Amino acid sequence: MTELQIRDLHVSVQTEQGTKAILKGVDLTVKSGETHAIMGPNGSGKSTLAYTIAGHPKYTVDSGSITLDGEDVLAMTVDARARAGLFLAMQYPVEIPGVTVTNFLRTAKTAIDGEPPAVRSWIKDVKTSMENLRMDPSFAQRNLNEGFSGGEKKRNEILQLELLKPKIAILDETDSGLDVDALKIVSDGVNRARESTDVGVLLITHYTRILRYIRPDFVHVFVEGRIAEEGGPELAERLEEEGYDRFLNNAKVG
Amino acid sequence: MAAASPSAAAIEHSRLLSKQHSDGGWGVIPIQSRLGRFTSFDVSEFEPVTGFEEAWKYTPVKLLSTLIDEPLDGSRPQIESSVEGAATVEWVDRGSKRIGEVGKPEDKASANAWSHSSGAWVIDIEKDGGRVDLQRTGSAAPAAGHLVFNAASGSTGTIVLRNVGSAQLAENLEISVGDGAVLTVVTIQDWTAESTQLSSTYATLGRDARLHHLAVTLGGSVVRMTNSTHLAGQGGEAELLGVYFADSNQHLEHQIFVNHDAPNTKSRVNYRGALNGDNARTVWVGDVLIRPSAIGTDSYEENRNLLLSDGGRADSVPNLEIETGDILGAGHASASGRFDDEQLFYLQARGITEDEARRLVVRGFLSGIVQKIHLPDIAEDVERAIDLELGGRAE
Repeated sequence: MTELQIRDLHVSVQTEQGTKAILKGVDLTVKSGETHAIMGPNGSGKSTLAYTIAGHPKYTVDSGSITLDGEDVLAMTVDARARAGLFLAMQYPVEIPGVTVTNFLRTAKTAIDGEPPAVRSWIKDVKTSMENLRMDPSFAQRNLNEGFSGGEKKRNEILQLELLKPKIAILDETDSGLDVDALKIVSDGVNRARESTDVGVLLITHYTRILRYIRPDFVHVFVEGRIAEEGGPELAERLEEEGYDRFLNNAKVG
Repeated sequence: MAAASPSAAAIEHSRLLSKQHSDGGWGVIPIQSRLGRFTSFDVSEFEPVTGFEEAWKYTPVKLLSTLIDEPLDGSRPQIESSVEGAATVEWVDRGSKRIGEVGKPEDKASANAWSHSSGAWVIDIEKDGGRVDLQRTGSAAPAAGHLVFNAASGSTGTIVLRNVGSAQLAENLEISVGDGAVLTVVTIQDWTAESTQLSSTYATLGRDARLHHLAVTLGGSVVRMTNSTHLAGQGGEAELLGVYFADSNQHLEHQIFVNHDAPNTKSRVNYRGALNGDNARTVWVGDVLIRPSAIGTDSYEENRNLLLSDGGRADSVPNLEIETGDILGAGHASASGRFDDEQLFYLQARGITEDEARRLVVRGFLSGIVQKIHLPDIAEDVERAIDLELGGRAE
């Protein structure tokens, strides 16, 4: 049983206009086997939360804590966080010329597990996961994300989710830019990972669409850097009908 | 001492009746064909090198005056060799007709080496083919060197030259690939950090001959490799490859000149470099000339550089001169980019440490070139050497 705890998290970034506070006191707990959806309008700080958990150097934690099974995540380097069991499926995966998907996956798996994977079963696992995600075998020999379409990049992120088997996975707008078919393929991949590894999932999205395929246990509405409302899947349905206006108006009044 | 400006040099040397200037030019270097450069076997016929010349403008010539201007030790150097198959290694003295069949110095350092070397090591790949591995250990005294690689018509062979130790070396390498021969040449510059080397390669290819050349330049404070390849026979093909890795305060330079001078010749030039640290400096100049004789030419050259840190500088200068319209293709690509923090974040977010992430990216970037030469033992050696370069950055 793994537990990611976020307590009273305040995060800021440096901009040309000076320091800008983005997260203003976030409290959230994600446990193994749970799926949490974080929904909210653009600019509400959803992605900041994701990248702060992963340790992107752009974000400064001003106060609060993030722990994974009691260990201080904020004290860890980016790679140590990944080895501790955190995974971030990125919204904009970067291209890495000269590094093939195969080579990258093996290197990452070796880093996470602390030892190289057994060759035969690893090759089989990669092949199976790629087939499940409808990825052409030629992908394996291509350079990581280089010349990949938006959909291909997202599938490649979920491929890593399946193969690296993290304890807690954060999916940052994995649904953006996907057509219905691709959305379904990617969602199936997330659901397979949930079933096979009991991974805790933090699903960040602007739209309710992906929640038809990946059923959340909890829904959190993110507004202006904090969680404005929490509930079960029914909250997502209500948002689909009403949008975020209610929260935005409240925020302005408050 | 080098003159302060090109015009000063011109005045001084018209007075000396320099042959280099007797064919025109008043110190102002006109835009001219790459072929129009002054050549001579005699170092005294060259103008002093100022650093303003087209051939030298990227090079820290002040650090190289010993090799360019001073007398050099041209005695027979020690070289270890191992031979497989039908190949020979022999020393010939200065008067031998084996010397000077291919090359004629195109710059003063090359002529200085030519003027002072007492002979040459000649490596012959015979008709039945073979492989020769050479290891040359540098010497403390400033030295002149000369090597001749010759592939007999119809032969298939490989010559690998590893340069190790500490050196101050100016040298010439003549490569002759006979009709229908296939020759692979690999030179690895793995000198100690204070070493300097000015190396001039002259290659000529016969009819349907193929030359695969790989330069691997890793060690030395200033290393400059020029390669002038003459596609003299119909159907000849040159594949000129290079990888280099410059650390802090290293200057690694490669100047390539491909002279398409016969019908249906083909050239592929592909160099890649990585730079890491303050004042890491690389230069790549790729000149391709397609002469009126070279109808049906197919030519492409490419250079890519990866800057791993701030404070490095990569110059990348492709030049294409086309004197006939009747060609298959001629193109070039040049790009220099940073290893950026977002790439680092992505790889680290998958559990990969920062050092390993850099290794992964650089190894992938450079080994793509090394693998083109199809010598697995060399590829392994070079990848290990690149790993050491990357490991070396941990202070």
